[in-house]
Amino acid sequence: MLVVKNINVFYGVINAVKDISFEVNEGEIVTLIGANGAGKSTILKTVSGMIRPASGFIEFLGSDITSVESFKLVKRGLAHVPEGRRIFLNLTVQENLDMGGYIQSSSEVKALQQSVYERFPRLRERRNQIAGTLSGGEQQMLAIGRALMGRPKLMMLDEPSMGLAPILVDQIFEIIKELNKAGTTILLVEQNARMALTIANRGYVLETGRIVLSDTAKNLLVDDSVKQAYLGG
Amino acid sequence: MTLLSQIINGIQIGSIYALVALGYSMVYGIVKLINFAHGEIIMVGAYCAWYLIARLNMPAWIAVFFAILLCVILGVTIEIVAYKPLRNSARISLLITAIGISLLLQNLAQLLFKADPRMFANLFPGSKPFLGLQLTNATLVTIAVSVVLMAALSLMVSKTKIGKAMRAVSEDKAIAELMGINVNTTISFTFAIGSALAAIAAVLYCCSYSQIEPTMGSMLGLKAFVAAVLGGIGIIPGAVLGGFLIGVFESLTKGFISSNLADAVVFGILIVVLLIKPTGIFGKNRREKV
Repeated sequence: MLVVKNINVFYGVINAVKDISFEVNEGEIVTLIGANGAGKSTILKTVSGMIRPASGFIEFLGSDITSVESFKLVKRGLAHVPEGRRIFLNLTVQENLDMGGYIQSSSEVKALQQSVYERFPRLRERRNQIAGTLSGGEQQMLAIGRALMGRPKLMMLDEPSMGLAPILVDQIFEIIKELNKAGTTILLVEQNARMALTIANRGYVLETGRIVLSDTAKNLLVDDSVKQAYLGG
Repeated sequence: MTLLSQIINGIQIGSIYALVALGYSMVYGIVKLINFAHGEIIMVGAYCAWYLIARLNMPAWIAVFFAILLCVILGVTIEIVAYKPLRNSARISLLITAIGISLLLQNLAQLLFKADPRMFANLFPGSKPFLGLQLTNATLVTIAVSVVLMAALSLMVSKTKIGKAMRAVSEDKAIAELMGINVNTTISFTFAIGSALAAIAAVLYCCSYSQIEPTMGSMLGLKAFVAAVLGGIGIIPGAVLGGFLIGVFESLTKGFISSNLADAVVFGILIVVLLIKPTGIFGKNRREKV
């Protein structure tokens, strides 16, 4: 579904992503794990067109999207839930969802909104509230709900558990699993490697911009080097 | 009686300031630029309407239509040609570019139309009695048109898809883009709306003040800028309130203190706002959750 081939990304002279290749197949949950600054977020931003790679190419659903503008990718079924959630803090919950459904027809927006509200009843309760007043967990739900409004085939999530209380982390991961069951392919970036590998099918381990290991999530969970570096021994 | 008439005068000029201030504020909201060329859009609108009416004898409504159209095209072109390439550079480069565009347009107008003031014939002659006062039709039309436009604008920004997109873009361009919003188009649209309002403000202004000259936009623009800052730049109701307040303050100063002091009072307000509450009346420092 998503094929990334030999991409290099630079911030000025810093080579943040070095010759990285990976793929995500339809129906999978794939996770990229690694320490802070390993290049995980940069990879997602490159796939969604927020940053351009210096070289390499990205293919989504069989077509080359390496240089497709960011705003055209939603239509193709790609959603990116960014790091730090980045919901529109000055817009209401409902308006945030409207923006998520920007490319949908207005009747479809209504239906999609209903299904988001069914999944996240909390958001329905707060639909007329300014999004900046939501709690961290609610903001993450809104960020995911907003992405769902685009009817994504592939959803990329960047650190969805960041800054959340453990009980909310479980809840968010439960939601990700459900979304996957319902047919959405997931590319998940996480620092919480254990959680990520528990729900993922496959994983890639990144170190300073390079993929150093890739395997099934099951194998990575018992891999000695992974255990030592990311799972707390 | 004179107090009431001064206040109505103030509301009349204030509604023109408000229309222009909306252009400053919306553009600031979306690209964080004080568009100092905005005043010149007013001047271009005024000259365009004047030329079509006085020289080509066109009916006024067609002239006004073309003035709006020209200003929209000009405003959008300026953004694409001069500001867009600088979107990711330092704010100061943008600001200097805006001042440069302003000077360019002013001097271009002087070259084309000479520096002498031209007479703009009032499109709404006559007057009507109102609360014991005799109000000119131009005043009534100005206030009515402005109020309708401002109501329509705030409805558009709060309810329509493009309006919500404008707010989303002004908050976070990269994320708006991820939603499928074409950020460039949205920014162009914002400049188009601001320029259209400036063109209408120009015609309304000319109906009451009859003289047009190449530098007319700078003072009008500056006062509208003060209005936008007073209300809280980037905030739409702020621009409206600021516009009315500046108009009324100016008019009261003219009526009861001295005409010569009116400009000093307006710019005095700017200084006071910047000292006491730089975010303006409606501005707030919302704390964001991380």
